Amino acid sequence: MHESLETSAQTPRPETAGGLPAGAARDGGQLEKPAVEFRNIDIAYGKFVAVRNFSLAIRKGSFITLLGPSGCGKTTILRSIAGLVDISAGQISIGGKRVDDVPIYKRNIGLVFQSYALFPHKNVFDNVAFGLKYRNVPKPEIARRVSKALEMVRLPGSEKKLPSQLSGGQQQRIALARAIVFEPEVLLLDEPLSALDANMREEMRVEIKKIQKETGITAIFVTHDQEEALSMSDQIVVMDAGTMEQIGSPEQVYETPATAFVADFLGKANMLPGVVSSVDGHKATITLSAGQAVTAVSPKVLTPGARVSVVVRPQKLSVGASVPANKLAGRVVSTSYLGGSAIYEIDIGERTIIRANTPIDGKVAREGEAINVGFDPAGCVLLDEKGLRIA
Amino acid sequence: MGMTKGWKLYDPRLAWMLVAPVLLLLLLFLLLPIAVMGVYTFFTFVTAGVETSALTFANWKEFLTDSYYHGFLLKTVRVGAMTAIICAVLGYFPAYFIWATTFRHKWLLLLLLIVPFWISFTIRTFSWIHILGEQGIINVTLLKLGLIDQPLQMLYTEGAVIMGLLHFLLPYMILNVYVSLESIDRTLISAARSMGCTSAQAFREVTLPLSLPGLGAGLLLCFVLAAGSYVTPQLLGSGRDALFGNLIYDTIMGQLNWPMGATLSIVLFVVLGCFAAAYTRYMGMSQIVKGLGG
Repeated sequence: MHESLETSAQTPRPETAGGLPAGAARDGGQLEKPAVEFRNIDIAYGKFVAVRNFSLAIRKGSFITLLGPSGCGKTTILRSIAGLVDISAGQISIGGKRVDDVPIYKRNIGLVFQSYALFPHKNVFDNVAFGLKYRNVPKPEIARRVSKALEMVRLPGSEKKLPSQLSGGQQQRIALARAIVFEPEVLLLDEPLSALDANMREEMRVEIKKIQKETGITAIFVTHDQEEALSMSDQIVVMDAGTMEQIGSPEQVYETPATAFVADFLGKANMLPGVVSSVDGHKATITLSAGQAVTAVSPKVLTPGARVSVVVRPQKLSVGASVPANKLAGRVVSTSYLGGSAIYEIDIGERTIIRANTPIDGKVAREGEAINVGFDPAGCVLLDEKGLRIA
Repeated sequence: MGMTKGWKLYDPRLAWMLVAPVLLLLLLFLLLPIAVMGVYTFFTFVTAGVETSALTFANWKEFLTDSYYHGFLLKTVRVGAMTAIICAVLGYFPAYFIWATTFRHKWLLLLLLIVPFWISFTIRTFSWIHILGEQGIINVTLLKLGLIDQPLQMLYTEGAVIMGLLHFLLPYMILNVYVSLESIDRTLISAARSMGCTSAQAFREVTLPLSLPGLGAGLLLCFVLAAGSYVTPQLLGSGRDALFGNLIYDTIMGQLNWPMGATLSIVLFVVLGCFAAAYTRYMGMSQIVKGLGG
């Protein structure tokens, strides 16, 4: 598939000023070369452009996650680092060296696949030793490093087993050992947890993160699971339709989504459209389409009449007597009791439904009950007409 | 409904009932004729077309002591093995190509493999006479070009027989190899390459070993079909190039010696059966079934 793109011309394009998004080289200092750097890359499959003008610098030793729905281009970007996909424009550097023309087998990349991709005809030892063998490491050294790697993934003594004799979780551990044993410059993880069952997934999540910290390897992780992304990453890159929507720490992307897409994709935020009716410094009163008015703190002074969306996380909402401000009267449409907390869907008029996830205080409100829902004016984010965060 | 009372889904009785027609067919049309042949091997040959049911070991004794038969058997195994091996070498490349190509209409390439089956096998075999014969296209061309002044003897040789068998058997080999290649998870190759393999090394480490079952199935199938063939050597070989199948044909149709013919048939059946059994033991029959599109 990628052969067809091999000779694709490097179309000259104007360098976008500044180029890189914030976050990458920030505290690594200007002197240290980023572990991986993309400059304005495009990746096309025939006429379909999977990734468009993507730039990113990844600090050495960091754990970065490409998060997005399927088809957003995250896996394509990962594969382009490995050389499994050719880029149609721009450049990729690994450790400061351009790799556009470096064949896959010379890139020194550790890859972990969703499907484990262990060689079924080779035992665990030969699987893990594979990369070392092709780096001409002497045999006793190979044996030493393989057993060290197996200890690291907590499967010592499994050398003689065949992959088919291992469980899914064990296979993925072996795949991880195989990818890190030759100390690659970057570890690429392509949805490594998706094929595992829920319990295993949680365990592996912790495991991967621990091993990444211990080895200090730069890890690039691809997932569509926001929980995985939030719990494991130093930085999250949220992608949609081949472009970057936002980059930031898990807190940043969760608390201050840059776009409507990010707000919706990460944690299903409530998005309440409305019009600014009056402004008092950084405080703006917004009349919602649902009819009621709320006050929100805006980082920028807004102009009355501007169309905005108020974005509030379900966890930032309170109900009943504990509502601090922005009291909206509504009616419970559905209640999901979760033990310590409950998720309410509340109709605040004009068929606008608000989702609130709150600790239970007193008795649980039932369907059909009238209820107040509200949030702190500082506990929301405002998006402009185009769905971009007002900052 | 009332009749199915007491029946469970996956009831063993139901399973037997469903298999019964096939078992009956196999019994009637396969096992029974072979058993009859087996009995015939002990009949006494009187003269052409005449035998008596007086039981005797004479036929088996003749087969076991006469090296004439052993020579034919060895030769048949040799030709079958050679054909199968050449098929494997020649067949792997097209199979690999069809598997690896990015050409969008792969089915067309697979269809091309099936197309020869639309023409009668006998006619396809006859066509070689016009290619290899004294007045065949090769000899005529070489004579016209003045490269030779006498036609080459290509037809009615063992080479011609093997050529004809290759023509007949290659699609079986290619399909078998192709199916086992198709079952390889391609991320394995990406994994190997990311760990430092060139494409050639990845082929040696991953693709080749994982396609061996298909290659093995193809080898067995080609060997059995080649060793059991009789039309091809009949049409393209001389008397010396006859295979065991021709010997059986000649014994039964020429000498009208049914007891001896039955003995030779059982011998070929047992020999090829042993190869198939050994293969099943070590590689599993499922590969062949897969290769046949099952």
